Amino acid sequence: MRKRHTTKDRLITVALHVALAAGLFFAAFPIYWMLTSSFKSNTEIFALPPTILPKAFTLEAYAAILGDPVKLRFFFNSYFVAFAVTVLTVLIALLAAYGFSRFNFRGKGSLNTLIISTQTIPPITLLIPFFGLVVSYRIFDTYTALILTYLVFTLPYAILLMTGYLNTLPRDLDEAVAVDGGTSWTALWRVIVPISLPGIVATSVYTFLLCWNEFLFALTLTKSTSMRTVPIGIQLLMGQHAFEWNQMMAMSVLGSLPLLLIYLIAQRFFLAGMTAGSVK
Amino acid sequence: MTRQKRSRHRLKRTVAPYLYLSPSLVIIGLLMLLPMVAVISYSFQNSAVLRRDPSFAGLKHYQAIFADPVFWASLWHTLYFTCMSVIFHMTIGMIFALMLNSDRINPTLRNILRVLYILPWLFTAVIIAVIWRLLLEPNGVVNSILMQLGIIGSKIEWFSSPETALHAVTFANIWAGYPLFMVSLLAGLQGIPKDFYEAADIDGAKAYQKLIFITIPQLMPIIISISLLDFIWTMQVFPLIWITTGGGPIYSTEVLSTYTYKLAFSSYNLSQASASAVVILLISLGLTLFYIRYQKAR
Repeated sequence: MRKRHTTKDRLITVALHVALAAGLFFAAFPIYWMLTSSFKSNTEIFALPPTILPKAFTLEAYAAILGDPVKLRFFFNSYFVAFAVTVLTVLIALLAAYGFSRFNFRGKGSLNTLIISTQTIPPITLLIPFFGLVVSYRIFDTYTALILTYLVFTLPYAILLMTGYLNTLPRDLDEAVAVDGGTSWTALWRVIVPISLPGIVATSVYTFLLCWNEFLFALTLTKSTSMRTVPIGIQLLMGQHAFEWNQMMAMSVLGSLPLLLIYLIAQRFFLAGMTAGSVK
Repeated sequence: MTRQKRSRHRLKRTVAPYLYLSPSLVIIGLLMLLPMVAVISYSFQNSAVLRRDPSFAGLKHYQAIFADPVFWASLWHTLYFTCMSVIFHMTIGMIFALMLNSDRINPTLRNILRVLYILPWLFTAVIIAVIWRLLLEPNGVVNSILMQLGIIGSKIEWFSSPETALHAVTFANIWAGYPLFMVSLLAGLQGIPKDFYEAADIDGAKAYQKLIFITIPQLMPIIISISLLDFIWTMQVFPLIWITTGGGPIYSTEVLSTYTYKLAFSSYNLSQASASAVVILLISLGLTLFYIRYQKAR
């Protein structure tokens, strides 16, 4: 319990709020600048002195992005690959998590350690053999190449997240199914899946996010413009036009939209995924 | 249940977990363990991947890398980039978490600030790189603010002068990564029992003493495990550097991942790139073992 309203106490509170404001500037100014720049003309972005709010508010950058089928294709590719990988990952991880959570078996401990340690394998290490494999199986520059390689990085996280979630569910539920003569398979679909929706949502959100952010594999395993994802698209935009900064910012805003929306709508699930594995 | 039924049931219980795990294990085996074996064997071959019948090269590619001054520069830059990032992620994350946890601010403000402080985390590395390129443009807003305040005399080319480039990318990465610490520490702070602080108050402890003797020791497990994970992940950073500086100017921001990538896909020296990739793998594995041991000891 604090002593009330001494001068020193009030000073500390004021100092804290000043520090909070400084922190807010540090955290949010770059994002604010991205957002406002996307509504400015390209010349206004570098105006001196800088304009805090767009003087001539314009949607021309967004119109340029959304009116260009090549750029829309980047978005389609990103959504398509991320959705496909999310569905596959969640299905496969759910099965593995069920195995880990509900059974005792030989090698369980070491398999669990294996999955934890695969989280930290550097993507650049796998890139070279992936490149070799993708070329020799003739899937270079296809969705298949991206989906398969993304799967390797999303699976370990998804398994750990789902196992963690299933471990919180009481075992009596599936034992009841077993007493009625049902198999573990029936128990999984009839009992576990319906009550695991929060866990499934958290896992999906995190998987989607990993795919949406992926850069290295998309850069190396695709080549044609029609196969590129949003992150690569932004990079291409940077090289092509002599720095159309407002368009780059508009594309960045559009490219951040799914994650921002997921975060605002489902903060709880979002944070569950982001901190999974690190805090127990 | 009859005995026969029961034994069949038991058999099912023994086989079932492996069946459930099999899709995952097949994928991890084929697409992770096998490629790892492949990259190690490439590193001992001449013209790996590019030729069908590569000849054995021994340790040649490793020697070539260790003799390359750019490799050592990259290793040093990676270390600098990673250590500074982790230290500042931790410090900023801790300060923000403590501020947000203080009972001196009102709950609504706290919730709003918490959402806003997490923001940098929601952006893809590529987008972070583009934002910082815009901010740090020679004619950009950061230079113009700094000049107006009289902190710098002339425009600085943050990303394109060798003296500032490494600091600039490190700064961008610090900005991008502190929320992981903040969120985790905030969760940790809320888990510290209130009576610890009440007992300290009775003993007349000062605020900084409570911080040093209660808060920090209680948060230590989180600090250590997040630092290790952050170190491993930051060490592997590629897109941020690739988009802001591409490793330049004159190798001044070259890190192990960009060095390896260029060897593989600019010079098409996939054997030497594999050797470099194996070095990165070994460093990561060492740290991972440490991390797992730490997690198990807890």
